[in-house]
Amino acid sequence: MTASLTLNKITAQKGISIAEAANRVADLGWTPSYVQEAMTFPTDYKISKTPRDPMKQVLRSYFPMQEEKDNRVYGALDAALRGDMFRNVEPRWVEWMKLFLAIIPFPEISAARSMAMVGRLAPGEELRTGFTMQMVDEFRHSTIQMNLKKWYMENYIDPAGFDITEAAFGKCYATTIGRQFAEGFLTGDAITAANVYLTVVAETAFTNTLFVAMPSEAARNGDYALPTVFLSVQSDESRHIGNGHSMLMAMINDPSNHQLLERDLKYAFWQNHAIVDAAIGTFIEYGTTNRDKNKESYAELWHRWIYEDYYRTYMLPLEKYGIKIHHDDVAAAWDRIVKKNYVHKTAQFFTVGWSVNFWRIEAQTERDFEWFEHKYPGWYAEFGDFWKWHAKLSVPGETNILFNSEVGYSYPHRCWSCMVPCLIREDFVCDEVDGKIYTYCSEGCRWTHKVAFAAEYEGRATPAMGRFSGRREWEDCYHGWDVADAIKDLGFVRPDGKTMIAQPHLRFDAKDMWTLDHVRGHTLGSPLRGFRALSPIEREVATAEYRKGFKINPCH
Amino acid sequence: MSAQTSRAAATKPAAIVKSGAAGAAVFPGSDSRKYNYFEPKGRKATHYEDMTVDVQPDPERYLLQDWIISFPDGTPTYSKDWTAARSSNWHKFRAVDQEWERTHYQRQSTICGMVQNTIENGRKSGAPTRFDPAWAKILQNHLGAYKHAEFGLGTSTMQAQRYGYTQMVNNAILTNSSYKLRFAQDVTLYLSEIGLDLPGFDIAAGKKHWLEDPIWQGVRKSVESVMGSNDYLEQYFATNVVFEPLIGELFRSGFLMQAASAQNDFITPAVVSAAEADYERNLANTVELFHILGTDPTYGAQNIALFNKWLAKHADLALDAANHLQPIWSQPRVKVVAFADALAHAKNRIKGIAAELGLTVPANLAS
Repeated sequence: MTASLTLNKITAQKGISIAEAANRVADLGWTPSYVQEAMTFPTDYKISKTPRDPMKQVLRSYFPMQEEKDNRVYGALDAALRGDMFRNVEPRWVEWMKLFLAIIPFPEISAARSMAMVGRLAPGEELRTGFTMQMVDEFRHSTIQMNLKKWYMENYIDPAGFDITEAAFGKCYATTIGRQFAEGFLTGDAITAANVYLTVVAETAFTNTLFVAMPSEAARNGDYALPTVFLSVQSDESRHIGNGHSMLMAMINDPSNHQLLERDLKYAFWQNHAIVDAAIGTFIEYGTTNRDKNKESYAELWHRWIYEDYYRTYMLPLEKYGIKIHHDDVAAAWDRIVKKNYVHKTAQFFTVGWSVNFWRIEAQTERDFEWFEHKYPGWYAEFGDFWKWHAKLSVPGETNILFNSEVGYSYPHRCWSCMVPCLIREDFVCDEVDGKIYTYCSEGCRWTHKVAFAAEYEGRATPAMGRFSGRREWEDCYHGWDVADAIKDLGFVRPDGKTMIAQPHLRFDAKDMWTLDHVRGHTLGSPLRGFRALSPIEREVATAEYRKGFKINPCH
Repeated sequence: MSAQTSRAAATKPAAIVKSGAAGAAVFPGSDSRKYNYFEPKGRKATHYEDMTVDVQPDPERYLLQDWIISFPDGTPTYSKDWTAARSSNWHKFRAVDQEWERTHYQRQSTICGMVQNTIENGRKSGAPTRFDPAWAKILQNHLGAYKHAEFGLGTSTMQAQRYGYTQMVNNAILTNSSYKLRFAQDVTLYLSEIGLDLPGFDIAAGKKHWLEDPIWQGVRKSVESVMGSNDYLEQYFATNVVFEPLIGELFRSGFLMQAASAQNDFITPAVVSAAEADYERNLANTVELFHILGTDPTYGAQNIALFNKWLAKHADLALDAANHLQPIWSQPRVKVVAFADALAHAKNRIKGIAAELGLTVPANLAS
């Protein structure tokens, strides 16, 4: 055989180019003339330009490529079991996966549904294949994540919490925050939801912290499954980012869209920051046992992925099209993370509320304190005593930290917009919308509810824009309930009918576990009800008092 | 345990379990290793059910705080009003094909490989050049036109998968869309590739026939009527209960697959057979869903009346479309199958489906 002879050369035959194949596939569409296409989800945007397909892939190559990716994922899961991964995994980490994996399959499948919304709105059919692939990708992500969760449930030491996962998703205060993230993908103005909020901001910016930064932390905690699944998921995101950018470019040259684009880029960025940074920041910083001082903190990761990668290289270039970028919000989000301890305050809140969770949260230790102080100077002075309290109060018989006045924690208001509580006290605001008082964690969230989600924006009618609805303050659902009865109603109780799923520690011994009886005797209440009942002057006083914050008492 | 001894226990990590593996310790809930929040259809939950059920929540099942964003008119993120069909339990349906992502990719990928190998090997042996020239023209004009019908139904079901009230309904419609769009592309690329081997083969002719040829205008109208429906279940119903048996199978099995070999074409039947297999699965899912709705203890009768209305409306269009296709059966040089026989078979097929669903067969299909 001559050196230059290869199998490819023997079997190759003339074919059509990839570009040609993509063009022919795009030509499958036509403009109906007998019957108008079905009413679609409306938008206030004008889309007159045909979006281009940057990927030029056809389904014939897509499906085998995805199957190969799947084979690697499922092979790796088998290998992890053969390698006894769970013997060495850190339970502190896996416990937080009960929360994360309860949330994420719904946002994923919501993204699949939202492809119906943009697919119909985009003129021409060139991007149709891109939307189709994204639809099937999202179906992949949703079910592959359900599979991962089942796998943890089957193989991890404490399956409780994984076993009730989708029921928990519907009821927990923390998962509802994730639902705000997801419902935003597919409700309201179709372009706001499915293009700007989902693909341009959530997928382009925040999936990097979700699906790249977080898996790295999983690996540091002996969990090789999460990186296997989520880096495979992330490999699909580049296609989605391409879809989003292409659609954006089809609208950006029309100046009549600029006002709405500015609104939506601002809204989407702030919501993503408020929701994703709260959750993922907590998982990465507080779910880990790895305290290598050379690794990046969440703040450093945020700077890399959100500030440099998204803000500087993706958002800023939009200015040349005449779009005003919300620079102040990016700076404000950065300050919230670095100067105002947003992530630390969120982790603290999740921990105060541990008894109504469906996962365990153990206390941070001296080793953790040292790392936090190194990465966030001043951390110990503000949070050190709190975590000592949590350790101290983690045994059954102690007064639940949620109601323990010794600690000094003051239960926060809930933000009506992002649904994370108003944790940065000095930023707390309230306002009246349609005759009712609401509370917000920040000016950005107040603006989102009152100004962005309305029938008119800066004098322009926005008839397609969505509205906030539902029982958005979780505490209101259980106002006046004994906490033990609320936990029972939530279903966050183990099969023996009395031991709680949530525990404030990682001690896997029945004698150390809290039961409903240990928490009974305390009543939950809605902060908003009380706040609304105040007179305007009293409300002003209460707001000023709230903004002063609280101090955790020393723990000896 | 007193608070003081408890505090000592908290700070002194005695008897720490070192392993995070299942079975390393026994405590309440340590053996609760199944999703326990839904009733499986059978004795045990299938993997498909575990991957699918309740991922799309609703206020009747666990959604404590209700939907939290609405459309401007107050319609929530998912609404039962997006179809005229009613159900006393939207959560009952399970897809018969039990597809979740892994099985879907495995099947789609297998089909892509099968189709590509068949085309490659056929072309390598010079098979397209041995096609009867009249047949090559039929492929160019009529299979070329038909691929647009598949695409239209693919985009229509892609639209429909947004509206269903449960994850099970929406995912079944989503995979249906994925199959239709793949097949539309399969045919497009197949024709493009054999076109390279056939001098004078006009790849653009198919679309021209689709848009202008009177033979295809009935089919186009029928597809556009499905695409134009504002009721997602009507779209799903019309696609699988009406269009597929009366037009899809009629043209694919009743013509292409039977006639091809007599024109020296062994490639087209292999390419087209994938769509027939896809349809068997989509049909099974559809029949299961509409059977549940048609036998609903509260809404069964009104649903049946609704489905009969949909059946009559779309069957009218589809039958007219099928009759317009008749001239194609006369075009091959070697005649293998008569249009009347193929149509009679298609009518029997739709009658069979209608009978399974308890529907009244419209008079024009009865004969």
